Amino acid sequence: MASTQIKAQLNDLLNSMFAMDFLDEQFKQLQMLEDGSCPGFISEVITIFCDDAERILSLITELLSKPVVDFEKVDAYVHQLKGSSSSVGAKRVALVCIKFRNVCQENDKEGCMATLYEIRREFDELNKKFRTMLQLEQQIQALDSKR
Amino acid sequence: MGAVGREGVVKRKKRWWLNRTAMVVMWVLISGLIWVGLHLYIRGESMQKAEESLVSMCDERARMLQDQFAVSVNHFQALAILISTFHYEKHPSAIDQDTFAYYTAKTALERPLLNGVAYAQRVLRSEREAFERQQGWTIKTFEGVTSPEKDEYAPVIYSQETVSYIEALDMMSGEEDHENILKARATGKAVLTNPFRLLGSNHLGVVLTFPVYRCGLPKDATLEQRIEATVGYLGGAFDVESLVENLLRQLAGNQDIVVNVYDVTNASEPLIMYGPQSTNNYQSPSHVSLLDFGDPFRKHEMKCRYRQKVPIPLSAITTPSGVFVICMLAGYILFAAWSRYDSVKEDCRKMEELKVQAEAADVAKSQFLATVSHEIRTPMNGVLGMLDLLMDTDLNLAQKDCAQTARVCGKALVSLINEVLDREKIESGKLELEAVPFDLRFLLDDVVSLFSSKSRENCIELAAFVSDDVPQIVIGDPGRFRQIITNLVGNSVKFTKRGHIFVQVHLADNSYQHTGLSEEEKMLGDTYNYTPNTLSGFEAADRTNSWENFKLLLNKPYSDLHASEHACKWNSEKTSLMVSVEDTGIGIPLHAQDRVFAPFMQVDSSTSRMYGGTGIGLSISKCLVEFMGGQISFVSRPHVGSTFIFTATFRQGQNCNFGDVNRALIESLPDDFRGINAFLVDGRPVRSAVTVYHLKRLGIHADVASNIRMALHAISGQNGIRTRKRLQVLLLERDSWNPVTDATLFDQLKELKQKGLISEVPKTILLATSELNQTKFDMYFNMVISKPLRASTLAACLQNVLGLEDYRSLSGREMENGSGSALCRLLEGKRILIVDDNKVNLRVAAGILRKYGAKVECVERGRDALTLLRPPHDFDACFMDIQMPEMDGFEATRQIRLMESNAKKKLNSTPEPSNWSRWHLPVLAMTADVIQATSEECIKWGMDGYISKPFDEEQLYQAISQSFVSNLNTSSG
Repeated sequence: MASTQIKAQLNDLLNSMFAMDFLDEQFKQLQMLEDGSCPGFISEVITIFCDDAERILSLITELLSKPVVDFEKVDAYVHQLKGSSSSVGAKRVALVCIKFRNVCQENDKEGCMATLYEIRREFDELNKKFRTMLQLEQQIQALDSKR
Repeated sequence: MGAVGREGVVKRKKRWWLNRTAMVVMWVLISGLIWVGLHLYIRGESMQKAEESLVSMCDERARMLQDQFAVSVNHFQALAILISTFHYEKHPSAIDQDTFAYYTAKTALERPLLNGVAYAQRVLRSEREAFERQQGWTIKTFEGVTSPEKDEYAPVIYSQETVSYIEALDMMSGEEDHENILKARATGKAVLTNPFRLLGSNHLGVVLTFPVYRCGLPKDATLEQRIEATVGYLGGAFDVESLVENLLRQLAGNQDIVVNVYDVTNASEPLIMYGPQSTNNYQSPSHVSLLDFGDPFRKHEMKCRYRQKVPIPLSAITTPSGVFVICMLAGYILFAAWSRYDSVKEDCRKMEELKVQAEAADVAKSQFLATVSHEIRTPMNGVLGMLDLLMDTDLNLAQKDCAQTARVCGKALVSLINEVLDREKIESGKLELEAVPFDLRFLLDDVVSLFSSKSRENCIELAAFVSDDVPQIVIGDPGRFRQIITNLVGNSVKFTKRGHIFVQVHLADNSYQHTGLSEEEKMLGDTYNYTPNTLSGFEAADRTNSWENFKLLLNKPYSDLHASEHACKWNSEKTSLMVSVEDTGIGIPLHAQDRVFAPFMQVDSSTSRMYGGTGIGLSISKCLVEFMGGQISFVSRPHVGSTFIFTATFRQGQNCNFGDVNRALIESLPDDFRGINAFLVDGRPVRSAVTVYHLKRLGIHADVASNIRMALHAISGQNGIRTRKRLQVLLLERDSWNPVTDATLFDQLKELKQKGLISEVPKTILLATSELNQTKFDMYFNMVISKPLRASTLAACLQNVLGLEDYRSLSGREMENGSGSALCRLLEGKRILIVDDNKVNLRVAAGILRKYGAKVECVERGRDALTLLRPPHDFDACFMDIQMPEMDGFEATRQIRLMESNAKKKLNSTPEPSNWSRWHLPVLAMTADVIQATSEECIKWGMDGYISKPFDEEQLYQAISQSFVSNLNTSSG
């Protein structure tokens, strides 16, 4: 009984994430992959993504805090982040990444800082939701295994 | 730029316009000047002429006047001689007053100018008394009183009667006369007075005075001698006025001119002798002629002028006016021509502008169309993909139906957009044809099956036939070829509600050959009222495709085997195929037949409402056919049907045993049926030929009979020819089976078996055009096959009926409907390496590929990939991210290719085709941005294809199957 409640909760969460454009079709495809052979696939991907994103963001922050900014390097990192976020289906992060790259190509440090902040915010939000999601899933699994 | 140009033009136009007005004004001015000039010239000419005539007239008058005057003076002289002779030499005088009067009166006509003459004697003072006494009167002055004492007198002693009143008057008493007398006796010549009004006639006149000398005066006498010798004076009054009047009257043209005679002794004050005083101020041109009246003291002149102003001659007006008019006309013509030229030029320029605009609009339209189509296609793909996913989920029937419909509609939309894009592509010349080996017969089967549901609905016979001499494998663009045929058949299906649709493929040479032959047959057929012997029995538009002609094509001496051998022998030779699609639909109205191939052309708007479609298909087909080096044409008769015929050139298959390698494109049919004998009952030869063709492809030999009775005869060998073959299958056409009479067919067959005429009861199969009433026949037949026939369905059914093992390919084909399962087949058990620096991407890609059963290995750096990918390869494919740090995807691929070629060199022999992939690893690029350039770039660097991230099932399938297949192709080539 609790399991279904949690499932409903998870569904709501996911629906809201889709509705608010945090996630897109790509994530649905990932979900479909999980249905098949590999259990825990999503949680694995999400964890990798979050760690990776965290790492990249801190790298970018470091680069931008230097007096002379190597914009090319920043761009490369952002590109990586964009790639991984679109792979996961983190739509909003990916969109801000595109924006970041545009700003970056103009060598606009102020803009970069602002956009970095924006990405950070989006990512934190997403991260929070992902964590909730993973927790819920773990609960479901725990409940299922108990049964 | 356009605005500036226009402004410039306007400016120039204005300047030109100004210029033109100026020229017009100038031209008018010049014409006016010409007019004036001409006028003046002509007038001058005429004036000159008038003056000349005036001069001649004047001179003539002056001369005559002078002559007459001279004549008078001569007479005067004679008279003087007379007096001196008869009055003074004779003593006593022979002349007295009476004699003188008589004489002068008689001789007056000799002196028409003188109205009277008188003789005055010189009387000195000393002689006065004696003279007065002798004469009996006293000398009187002009005043009529007795003359006072003077030195001498000149009293008139003789006078003509006309002037008798002057007798006894002293001529010397008048001052003027006195002067004259003195002058006359001094010179001895006639002397004239000033003109004055004569007494009596009141005409202007002059008095002429002539001296009379004593005889013997020498010629060169001095003045004193002359005075001394003077005895008297002869005088006469010249009536100049009447003289001149008379004279002028005799001459022509005296109306026109006015003649004045002046005494100009005193030049500053000319005295008029004749003629009116010039009162008018108008000084018309005049001429002056000098007159010499013999008086040395006086000068006279004659002045002539025209009475009226010389009239301006008419020609002085008309000629220049004419010239002016001509000038104006010429000017107008030039002006009009110029304006016309200008306007035409302007029009031309406008046209050019419009043309450029139209062309630009056309280009813009094309671009717009292409862009919009592209933009529609992208989201549509999303829609379709989602629908696919939706259909994979658990849906109830209604939902599934909705989803299915949506999917079909979406596909239709995408295909339409693709068509539009195709057209644009063809028009802009970007289309490239592939050169891939494919099996025409399977392709036709596919097309036919595509329309099977529709043809069944309408009970239309839909059939495809490929003649035996067409090679098994041809090299060309199957997609485009299929597009053409699909299009034509689609059209036919749309417009055909009864009868048949028949697709035939022949070698073009054979077809032409027989088309020629059939002309006669056609005529023959026309003369007999024959029922058309076509697929369905309905008349077709093009009669050359009827059975008579078809038969000839069938009876070619080629067998299947022959054909393939033939193809092998003539390696890479070009084959020209002729494809005809014949239908018995509504046909194309005659008025629309010449527009059939125009894009977006439909017979009329009602057609599109009734039958749908955009009308773009045929134009694309035409383009494609022309691209394939062929031609498309059609024969159509309204309400009878249409036949579209096109030719296309293909290369013949290079290799005859493609069947082994190229399973993806070239399917093979099971050969389980070789040696099976079948019997076909069909009343229509064309239809039976098609069925036999399909059976033959399966290796089944079939005999044909036109009805069941004959079939039974043949089977049982009752007609004498006993069939030794084991008959396993009996196929019947629906219309040759009558449920009433032939219901016992099965029993009859059984009977035959019991009689031992046949070894076993053959399986019976009914061929029907519709599937509606299948169950009805189940009791009579082992199987009902609904048309259109396809080799594979036929095979499946036969397997079913004959109880052979499952037709593997068939199930395989069915699986292909979902690309997911096909992907599974492709990827099952394959070892795949994924190279991506992005862990997340790596994980996702791996997840997806694993899902399809592939064994996946992941590497994060290009360098690591190289260490793993040492030829001969253990992997079946490599998915490579392009953008990677250190070594990007292109570089990694380049190195892989390098290693491969090195390894091959070391091996020093070409590897076996079977393990080709060990020496050429299919490398697929993974990229996020899908731009045309990227794919070209990929190929350039030695990659086999590319997949855009994130993955999409269909795309993945396409890319993988393509690269695998092309890999196999290169291996065989």
